[in-house]
Formats: sequence, C-alpha cells, structure tokens
Amino acid sequence: MNVNRLTANDLRPAHSRAMSFGRVLGILAGLLGAGTAGAGSWPAMNMPVGVTVLSHSIYDLHMEVLWVCVAIAAIVFGVMIVAMIRFRHSKGAVPDINMTHSTKAEIIWTVIPVLILIAIAIPAAKGILQIEDMRGAGLTIRVTGYQWKWQYTYLGKASGISFFSTLSQSSNFASQLHSGIDPRTVPHYLLSVDHPLVIPSGVKVRLLLTSADVIHAWWVPDFGAKRSAIPGFINELWIKVLPGKEGVYRGQCAALCGRGHAFMPIVVDVKTPADFDKWVAQQKAALKQAAAASAAAAAPNNAPVAKAGAAGRAIEATVHRATRPLMARVLD
Amino acid sequence: MAHAIDTAHDVHAAHDHTLAHDGPATGIKRWLFATNHKDIGTMYLVFSLIMFFVGGSMAMVIRAELFEPGMQFVDPGFFNQLTTMHALVMIFGAVMPAFVGLANWMIPLQVGAPDMALPRMNNFSFWLLPFAFTLLLSTFFVPGGAPAGGWTMYPPLTLQFGDSFPMLIFAIHLMGISSIMGAINVIVTILNMRAPGMTLLKMPLFVWTWLITAYLLIAVMPVLAAAVTMLLTDHFFHTSFFNAAGGGDPMMYEHIFWFFGHPEVYIMILPAFGIISEIIPTFSRKPLFGRNSMIYATASIAFLSFIVWGHHMFVDGMPMAAEMFFMLSTMLIAVPTGVKVFNWTATMWRGSLSFEPPMLFAIGFLFMFSIGGFSGIMLAMVPADFQYNQTYFVVAHFHYVLVPGAVFAIMGGIYYWLPKWTGNMYNMTLAKTHFWLSTIFVNVLFFPQHFLGLAGMPRRIPDYAVQFTDWNMVSSIGGFGFGLTQILFAIAIIQCVRGGKKATARVWDDAAPTGLEWTIPSPAPYHSFTTAPEID
Amino acid sequence: MAQVHAPNADQYYVPHSSPWPIYGSVTLFTIMAGAVATLDGWLPVWSLLPGFAMLAGLFIFWFGTVIKENESGMYNMTVDRSFRLGMMWFIFSEVMFFAAFFGALFYARALVMPWLSGGGTKLLTNILLWSNYHGTWPTNGPAAIGPRANGSFQAVPALGLPALNTAILLTSGITITIAHHALLRGYRRRLAWFLAATFLLGFTFVALQATEYHEAYTRLGLQLGTGIYGSTFFMLTGFHGLHVTIGAIMLFVIWIRVLRGHFTPQRHFGFEAIAWYWHFVDVVWLGLFIFVYWL
Ligand code: HEA
Ligand code: HEA
Ligand code: CUA
Ligand SMILES: [Cu+2]
Repeated sequence: MNVNRLTANDLRPAHSRAMSFGRVLGILAGLLGAGTAGAGSWPAMNMPVGVTVLSHSIYDLHMEVLWVCVAIAAIVFGVMIVAMIRFRHSKGAVPDINMTHSTKAEIIWTVIPVLILIAIAIPAAKGILQIEDMRGAGLTIRVTGYQWKWQYTYLGKASGISFFSTLSQSSNFASQLHSGIDPRTVPHYLLSVDHPLVIPSGVKVRLLLTSADVIHAWWVPDFGAKRSAIPGFINELWIKVLPGKEGVYRGQCAALCGRGHAFMPIVVDVKTPADFDKWVAQQKAALKQAAAASAAAAAPNNAPVAKAGAAGRAIEATVHRATRPLMARVLD
Repeated sequence: MAHAIDTAHDVHAAHDHTLAHDGPATGIKRWLFATNHKDIGTMYLVFSLIMFFVGGSMAMVIRAELFEPGMQFVDPGFFNQLTTMHALVMIFGAVMPAFVGLANWMIPLQVGAPDMALPRMNNFSFWLLPFAFTLLLSTFFVPGGAPAGGWTMYPPLTLQFGDSFPMLIFAIHLMGISSIMGAINVIVTILNMRAPGMTLLKMPLFVWTWLITAYLLIAVMPVLAAAVTMLLTDHFFHTSFFNAAGGGDPMMYEHIFWFFGHPEVYIMILPAFGIISEIIPTFSRKPLFGRNSMIYATASIAFLSFIVWGHHMFVDGMPMAAEMFFMLSTMLIAVPTGVKVFNWTATMWRGSLSFEPPMLFAIGFLFMFSIGGFSGIMLAMVPADFQYNQTYFVVAHFHYVLVPGAVFAIMGGIYYWLPKWTGNMYNMTLAKTHFWLSTIFVNVLFFPQHFLGLAGMPRRIPDYAVQFTDWNMVSSIGGFGFGLTQILFAIAIIQCVRGGKKATARVWDDAAPTGLEWTIPSPAPYHSFTTAPEID
Repeated sequence: MAQVHAPNADQYYVPHSSPWPIYGSVTLFTIMAGAVATLDGWLPVWSLLPGFAMLAGLFIFWFGTVIKENESGMYNMTVDRSFRLGMMWFIFSEVMFFAAFFGALFYARALVMPWLSGGGTKLLTNILLWSNYHGTWPTNGPAAIGPRANGSFQAVPALGLPALNTAILLTSGITITIAHHALLRGYRRRLAWFLAATFLLGFTFVALQATEYHEAYTRLGLQLGTGIYGSTFFMLTGFHGLHVTIGAIMLFVIWIRVLRGHFTPQRHFGFEAIAWYWHFVDVVWLGLFIFVYWL
C-alpha cells in the first residue's frame, strides 16, 4: 500500500512514541512531587480561551467557578486535615461528646453556600442570555450531520454553496485497526477534513443544525460553540470570530453517533470578510461551470456530491421532505 | 438470645416438621431457595463483586485502547459496546446490588427486625439479577454484538442496533423489576418491622438514607421501564415517540430518560452517605453532628433530584427558560450536600480519630466525593457546560462521585461490617494497603481526565488526536494500577471469610460503635431478633 | 400441630425456604428470552408460550402457598401490614409507569407539535424541515405516518364507546365498594354478588375496548403506527386495558375464594389489595378519558 508515501509527506516533525512516553514518566514523577516535568512540554490542561466573543465569556465564567471551587475546597479540606491532625486518638485526644449540633453553625453553612451560588449564577445567567441571542446574524449556514460526515449548506447571499466535509484520507488510513501507521506522523490526526467550513471573521455567523440520521453535535472548542444536531429539528448556534483571529480551527463531533463517532471532525477556515467574499465568488463560478457541464452531459450525475462547490443540488429538500424522512428509512 | 431462638424453634416446628431447624438449609438449596436476609445479602454482595470485576475488565480494555492514539486492540464499534456495557454493568450490576446487599444484611439488624418484611420476594429480587445479566452479557455473542449506543441509549442511534436490541431492553426490564421489588421490601421493612421504641428519628442514618433511596427507586425505575418500552415499540411496532416525522421527538426520550437518570445517580450516592454517616462517628468516638439536619438534607437532595434532570441536556437545544431553571435547581443541590459534608467534618472536629480501614475509606470518600461534587457544580453552569458537555471532564466528574464516592463507601461499609458477618477480623495491613494504593491510583486515573476534557477530548471515542496522548497514558497507568489493586480487596475478603482473628460482638471495641447490630454476637446468628429487642 | 391454629402473635412469620422465587426468575427469563427470540426472528411467536405457561404456574403455586399459609393462620397482623404496605408501594410504582406515558403525551402535544409547526423559538424547524405542517391535535406528524395512503385518520370520539366504558368502570368502582362493605359486615351473599358484578363489568370493559380497537384499526385508520397520536393512544389505553384484564382475573380469583369461604371481616388482605388495584385502574382510566379521548 501507498500508505508510507502518504505519511512521508508529513508536514509536522514526528513526535515519537518514545518521546511521549518519556514525558508521561516525567508527569508521573511530577505528580510525586518532583516538580514540573520539563518546562514547555507540559500538555494542555485547561480550556482554551478561544477566539470568539462567546468563548471568552465562557472561559471567564469557567475560571471564576473553578477558583470559587478551589477556594471552598481549600477551606473545607483544610478543616478536615486539621481535624485529622489535631484530634487523633493516638495522640490521646478526648472526644467532646456533647458537640452534637449547633443551629448557628448550621445556618451559617447553609447561607454562605447560597450566597456563593447566587454570585456565580448571575454571570452564568448572563451567559445564557448571550448564547441564546440569535439576532443580527450576517451569514447563515445550515449544518447537517450524517453518519459520519458533515454537510454545510450556505443560505442567503452565499446560497447555492453546499458540500460535504469528511475525515481526511491520511487520518482515515492511519486510524484503521492495526494500520501500522503511527498517528503522530499524520498531520492533525483525526482533526482534518477534505473540505473545511469557510466563514468570515468579525461577522455573526448563525449555524442551523440538524441531522439526517442520529444525533450528532457540532463542536469547535476554540469557538466555545457546541450544539446537538437532532434529526427532524433545527437547533441554532452562533459564532463571531474576533477580527484578527483568522485561521484554521478544529473540533469534533460531540455526541455518540455510532462506529464513526470519533471520525467526523469539524474544521473551520476563518477568513477575513474580503477573503471570504472572494472564496464565495470562486465557489459560485465553479458552481455555474458544473451546472453547465452537467446540463451538457444530460444524464443526471449520481456521483457523491463531495466536491466543494460542485453541489447545487437540493439535497435538503429530498432528504427531509420525503414522506418518511431518512431517519425512518435508516431504521427500516 | 437463647430464649428468642427457642421460641423460633417452637413456632417453626409447629408449622413444618421437615424444616424444623434454625440453621441454614444445606447445599445449593440454601442459596436457591433462600429466604434469610443474611443469605440473600451475601448473594447480592458476591454478585456485585463479580460484576465489579466484569465491568472493570471492560474498563481495562477501554483504557488499554486509549493508552495511545491509533487503533491498537479493538474495532471502534466494539469499543462503543465496551463503553456501553461497562457503564450498565457497573451501575446496575455492581453499585446498586452492592447497596441492596448491604441493606439486606444491615437494615434488619439495625432496626431490630427478625428478617426483611417479604423474605420470598427478597429472594426473587436477587435471582432476577443473574438472569438479567445473562441476557445482557450474552449480547456480546449475538450477530452485531452488544448494544453500543451508550448507557443512556439515546434514539435514534440505539434503534439501529440489531439482535442485541431487544435483549438490552428486556434485561433492563428485569433489572427494573428486581430493583422495584427490592426497594418495596426495604421500605416495608423499615416502616413496619422496627423494634418497639425504634422511632423514625432514632433510626440509624444508613437506614434513613436507604428509606429515601428506596422511595427514589420506586418512583423512577418504572419511568426507565417506560422509556425503554417506547424504544422497543419505536423499533418493532412502528410507533413514533422519538421520530419527528410522526410528531415525536428524540429529545423526548432524553427527558424521560433523565427524569429517571438523575435520581438514579442519587440512588447510587445516598446509601453511600448513610454508610459514611455510620463510620465517621464511630471512629471519631463522637455522635454524628447535626443528626436531624442530615436527615432533612438527604430528603432535600432526593426532592431536588426530581427537578434537575435537564442539566444533562443543556446543549441539546432546550428553551432558554428551561436552561435557566435547570441550572438554578441543580446548583441548589450543593446546599444540602454541603450541609452533609460540613456535618461530617464537624463530627470529626474535637473527636478522637483513629484510622482503621473503614475510616480511611470514609475520609477518602469525603475528599474525593467533594471533588466530584465541585466539578458537578461547574457542569451545572450552562455556558460552561457548552464546553464541558460530552468531554472527559464529565467522565472525570462522574467517576469521582462514583468510584472514590460510591465504590469507596461500599468498600468502607464492607470493611466496617465484614467482621460482624463472618466473625473474623480481616488483615488490617492488607486493607490499609488496598486503601492507599486505591487512593493514589484512582487519582492518577481520573484526575487527568479533567485536563483532557478541558483541552477538548470528547468522551465515547476509541481514538483521539495526538495532543491528548500524554494525559491518556497517565490515566491508563492509573487505571491498570487501580484495577490490579482491587485484587487485594478480593483477597482480604476471602481470607476473612475463611478465618482469622475472632471478632468480638462490638468488633470495634476500642471505638465503641453504637447501634443494635453491635449488640448481637459476631458472626451474627442465622436468625437475629426473633424476639424484638428493647430500645431505650 | 396444635399451634397451627393458634399462632404466636409476637412471631413474624419468616418462611424457611421457598422454591417459588427462583422458579419465578426462571419464568421471567424464559418469557424475556421468548420475546427476544420472537422479535429477532430466531423463532416463531409460539416461543413465548412456555414462559407464559410457567407464569400461570407461578401465580397458582406462589399465591397458592401464601393463601394456604394465610388461611392456616400463620400470619399475624404485622405480616398483614407488610403485605398491605407492599401493595401500596407497588401501586405507586405503577402510577409512575403510567405517569411516564402521560408525560410523553403531554410533551408531544404541548411542546413537540407546536415546535414542528414553527412555534416558540423553533420557527426554522418548520420552515426548513416541515414547511407543509401546521399541526392540530390529534396529529400523526408532519409526514402523516399511518396506514392510509393519504395519511389521514380519525380519533375515537369520546362520547361513544369511551363514555360507555367510563360509566362501566365507575360503576365497577361502586360495586366493589359495596362488596367491601358487605365483607366488613359479614354479608357473604351480597359480597359474592357484587364481586361477581365487578369482574363482569371489568370483562365487559375489556370486550368493548377490543371492539373499539377493531374499529380503530379497520375503519378509522388509527393504529399503533399512526404517528404520535396512535403511539400514545394505543400505548396508554393498551397498558390500561392490560391492567384491567389482570385486575378482572384477580377479581375472579378473589370471587372463587369468597365462595370457598375465605376472608373475614378483620382479615382480608387479598381482597383489599385487589380493590385498591381496581380503584387505581379506575383513576388511570379517568385520566385517559379526559386527556386521550376528550380534550
Ligand atoms: C453518584 C453519582 C453522581 C452524583 C452524586 C452527582 C452529583 C452532581 N452532579 Fe453529576 N453526573 C453523574 C453522577 C453523579 N453526579 C453521572 C453518571 C453523569 C453523567 C451521565 C452521562 O452523561 O453518562 C453526571 C453528569 C452531570 C451533569 C451533566 C454534564 C454533561 O453531560 O454535560 C451535570 C450538570 O449539571 C452534573 C451535575 C452534578 C451536580 C451539581 C451534583 C451535585 O449533587 C454535587 C453536590 C456536591 C458538592 C457541590 C460538593 C460538596 C459541597 C460543599 C462542600 C458545599 C459548598 C459548595 C458550593 C457552594 C459549590 N452531573
Ligand atoms: C459505578 C459506576 C462506574 C464505575 C465503578 C466505573 C469504573 C471505572 N471506569 Fe467507568 N463509566 C461509568 C461508570 C463507572 N465506571 C459510566 C456510567 C460511564 C459512561 C458510559 C457511557 O458513556 O455511556 C463510564 C465510562 C468510562 C470511560 C469512558 C469511556 C468512553 O467515553 O468511551 C472510561 C475511560 O477511561 C472509564 C473507565 C473506568 C475505569 C478505569 C474504572 C475503574 O474504577 C474500574 C476498576 C475495576 C477493575 C479494573 C476490576 C477489578 C480488577 C480486575 C478485573 C483485575 C484485573 C485487572 C487488570 C488486568 C489491570 N469509564
Ligand atoms: Cu457524529 Cu458523533
Ligand atoms: Cu444529573
């Protein structure tokens, strides 16, 4: 098989099994108190701050709640540890058997948590309002989950553009059982696709999520955006990538959807609005060409519509308006 | 005592000459035809231990596959089967039966009853379980393999599975019937069989938490049965409960399932609270602090557990008002749970603490359950849950509350009462080693999963992107260590059953535990309290 | 053996050992295995028979044992109370089982149907996926799933058979209460007659329900597979009908026991348990009549 050539084309320096094993030993040593395991190589352990309005506010909320919990834990665990040190039977501690209740103490430790909870509920509630505010979108894209790929269909001014986004071949080969390919040699292993979603930065992009078969969930951690795609329903989600944060962002399906659940990643290419418009124009031109070509070929082309821009077809209409939708047919 | 046993002898003799003896029946009949709460309790506990090993072995394969990126050992479909079955076996086969086993052994002893209220039904509840799990585990051998849609069994995915599908549904029905009957037995025993003078408020906390748990079980197991029945008819009989085309909704399943599912997680923790509330006062040599508020807190948790289910569905697209409501109600649970944690701490405060194995497990529980609780509170924050949901952060959360939470409490309870059951002390050093190794490894196993989740690793995946490698290796090493350590547990128990230093009636003489169970000899006689004890 | 009829009132009867629980477990397993084999197409439907035959045996033997023990006076009042409490909590579990199906009905009707029709925040669900759908209850969904080619169907009108069935069940609730009072006062003949009336009414209900199902299947286009309405309708009324059938059979058994002289004004757990069960079935029906047929 050609697999070797494929991996030889690799873009990233190989980051070998021995290396990561060594680091793991370092981490374990670190856990035993030997300090951090080699500065700089410590793997990620917190939520990404991300590149959208929402991801920032979620990150802030996450850190706030995290610190609140750490603080409570420090106090509660501290008291427990002091108790275990001071009141040891072996040190001759005498139990105070009359200490059986104290209304005052109990009121205090009911009221204080309530106050803390209110304090963290307020930013959380604000966050909900922000997340659910779908108004003012500049671009709307319909996202349909399939076992196991995504379909992106642009609505509005970019309408007509529609394509599937599937796990890249290199990841696919390497992820086969006993493939013999070291995933560390595959670029963006399991996080790369043939046709990424393309969106502009600085614009509120609204995603309309649905599914053609089972429940999937669309998630890009850097966007702080996750929503389930439920067959028969539309769920909404919005993203606004901060200007200046253009680039490629990656995520994965986040709802168990069968064997291929780990293998339907999401890749989003965020372009500046100008570049995005250029991309749209290109796609539309390609569409026109394709339409002309297929008119010439007369015979309807049943090949998979997997090429970016090749798809003007009303897939959505056929999928969902059928008397029994795809979901039901899958079940039969 | 002698008098009581004599009385029993006379009455039984009068009823049935052939069975006119007080000891257990001989041979296999003792177990197949059992009606004695201790025998049935033992069977539950043994069954649960076996299932813990079965479910744990599946987890070991999961951890082995996740040791490195790439697919090394199993096919992705089989991996999903393992995840699904691991959870079902652990929840319905290991943790719940373990609690029922403890209830069987201890509730009659703690309330001064001669046995469980409905002894034959008790045996029925038990024997359904081996059959239910035979049905469930044999799905591995049918075409298409075991169910692989997650333990939550969401449609439409779960409807896609072939021959295993009805086996899954009927196995759950059997488990449900078993749980409901077990719970009815517990409630009736507690309400009807208490010795004179054992008022409700005097009941030990383990009994109290079980009373409330049994209520939860009877309230929600039928709802699970209904949910899976709807799956069954959607699959085989053309109903449209979860099919939008027919006017149904896959989300409706989620609502019904979690209406069961959330109380279910408290079913797995309330009896644990009860055990901890027994152990900590004993080894602090001091009465439980805030006894009554402990009971009220347990009841509040149970009540709240019915109105928080939506927190499992934040990203699935609920109306905004529902998100707000479920977030706030979920956060409220921290308050009564906090009351419990603070009361335990206050019990230790100004006590006289010693650290026998049960106490070690109880203290481990206090710390690590709280860690799991804190991550629960984080999960309840809707916006943050948009990032946490369906990641290893959730996996870390629930394993903290389930493994060093529920499972540690069970182990602590077993170490607490085992000498009472067998009449022998176990090897303390072995038990303490078991504790320390378990504690170290369980943290190596599950703490890094928080990092993985935050960094973006989804759950329920057999293979992952390379940046997650390091923490997964750490986690797997912890997993293997934790798994191997459990062999010590089995050894400690088997040794103790076989023999050992004789235990006194009070077992923990030095700590002078209170409660009726310590007034009878060790091992507990086959029939205890045939004449009701006096309670001051 | 003298003590058999003069049991020690302090003594809680704990049976020494019993084969029925394990037999019961084997029975349920056999039924489930038969159902699996049928649904998976491994064996024809008759594979369910052995399980159900064993189930009949289970009831006869286990309940027979209990009845015999009871009649020979082995149970004191505490045992009696255990049985009562057990029955009450069992009925509670049944209530929750039905509650789940009612919940499904309300959810589908009050939330899903409006959502699919574009209500609330789900306008786009309607526009993009189901633009021809504007649901009114009863509905079989946007794809009009059902047996007829055009997807139409009719609901069973509340004022026909269902109203009659309501009257029948309510009457049976009264007759069983009369029977109960007769039992308490020791009027055995009245007891027997009213009990007979109760189970006859019960069987009549089942027969009428069967007629209604036949109508629905053949003339109304209303089947289990008729979208969400058919699903909730048949699951709710079906499980209820099953409960009526079981209840009526149990009433019949109780009637035989009455004829044999069982039950005393003080002790009649078996009678009471079934009376409670019957009232429960009655109340569920009222819920069905109101929410499934009427509103
Ligand atoms: C024994 C089982 C158990 C227990 C006890 C809990 C307890 C809690 N759980 Fe957990 N949970 C699970 C088992 C359990 N959970 C499981 C199995 C899942 C996943 C299911 C699946 O998807 O497969 C899950 C998932 C889960 C989710 C969904 C996450 C997601 O899928 O996105 C959420 C969200 O709110 C949640 C919240 C909570 C909360 C708030 C508590 C609270 O009860 C915790 C309360 C305790 C404390 C807070 C600590 C002690 C308190 C103090 C010291 C007082 C002071 C504290 C404060 C003021 C904060 N849990
Ligand atoms: C009470 C419940 C319970 C318990 C006790 C456990 C115990 C463990 N769980 Fe479990 N787990 C769940 C409930 C539980 N889990 C649930 C509900 C899920 C979600 C499923 C879903 O997504 O649907 C889950 C999912 C889950 C996952 C995520 C899978 C995925 O998302 O794909 C992982 C991964 O690490 C995991 C690991 C473990 C491990 C290592 C243990 C260990 O604690 C087990 C330790 C025990 C043993 C190992 C057995 C004893 C020892 C031997 C048999 C000796 C041999 C040992 C060796 C060869 C080393 N569990
Ligand atoms: Cu698609 Cu998981
Ligand atoms: Cu929950």
